Amino acid sequence: MYKIGVLGDRDSIYGFAALGLEVFPVSTPEDGARALRNLCDQNYGIVYITEAMAEELAPELERCRENLLPAVIPIPGVHGNTGLGINMVKRSVEQAVGSDIIFNQK
Amino acid sequence: MAGTQVNPTRMELTRLKKKLATATRGHKLLKDKRDELMRQFLDKVRENKRLRERVEEGIGAANKNFLLARAGMQDQVLNTALLAPKQRVSLESEAENVMSVEIPKFTFKTRTPDQNDIFSYGFAFTSSDLDGAVQSLADVFPDMLALAECEKGCQLMAVEIEKTRRRVNALEHVMIPELQANIKYISMKLDENERSTQIRLMKVKDMMLKEAHGYDDPLN
Repeated sequence: MYKIGVLGDRDSIYGFAALGLEVFPVSTPEDGARALRNLCDQNYGIVYITEAMAEELAPELERCRENLLPAVIPIPGVHGNTGLGINMVKRSVEQAVGSDIIFNQK
Repeated sequence: MAGTQVNPTRMELTRLKKKLATATRGHKLLKDKRDELMRQFLDKVRENKRLRERVEEGIGAANKNFLLARAGMQDQVLNTALLAPKQRVSLESEAENVMSVEIPKFTFKTRTPDQNDIFSYGFAFTSSDLDGAVQSLADVFPDMLALAECEKGCQLMAVEIEKTRRRVNALEHVMIPELQANIKYISMKLDENERSTQIRLMKVKDMMLKEAHGYDDPLN
């Protein structure tokens, strides 16, 4: 039995509380890093993180990348889409294939 | 041979030949694994892209709705409205094995079956924009879950593909050529030794004949 956490600035994530997800409002990268580490150690299956916060916590995200759980998934925050999420998918493709063959078809 | 010293013995030759057979077999298997992983990865990553675009659009729209809701309500009222959620989501995760890569498979359960439990507040004091906002977020949630599953799977598979690719390349371009070169070196050396023994024996025979019977080599 796992839980789902949402991490980010308060304005972006408070709506998720209504759905029954657990929200962790953080404002500074330091708090964010601490919270993310806590969530990784606890029983969380998915952690959604706002793109703005994910950008600050890139090394932490890298650490979570190779573990089975939790899945740390960037989502756009209230300030709009920074493209970080899609960039992470691009990176996966580059890592696997050697060059980006999915996203450069425009 | 790349500067490594090998003993030109028959035992070493058998050992290397066995090693080469294993390496060749391993190379073939790993190559198959890489190809199949790559095929599944590409399918998955396309799905990932599609889901991500949909989720980002959905969350963007929900965020806009929340912004509107916030604009129409006092902060305190909004906070109290969302303070005590009625609904609670729990997650079940199974590990699915795709070509020896474990990827998670999520199923979620809500605490109560009633879909309207996402509205954890009385409707009297909150703006109707909030209802719409919460609903729009609830609509995008199944996609978010699928995205999490898909994206994590992609990440794990990407790591495994990279590893497998390196192994295949190492076997193909380093291990196997080196083994082949070593085997060739040893068999040449053994042949050479055999020839030299043959010659030595012939010489000794000549010398012995000469000593016993006074024969001389007709060429001298």
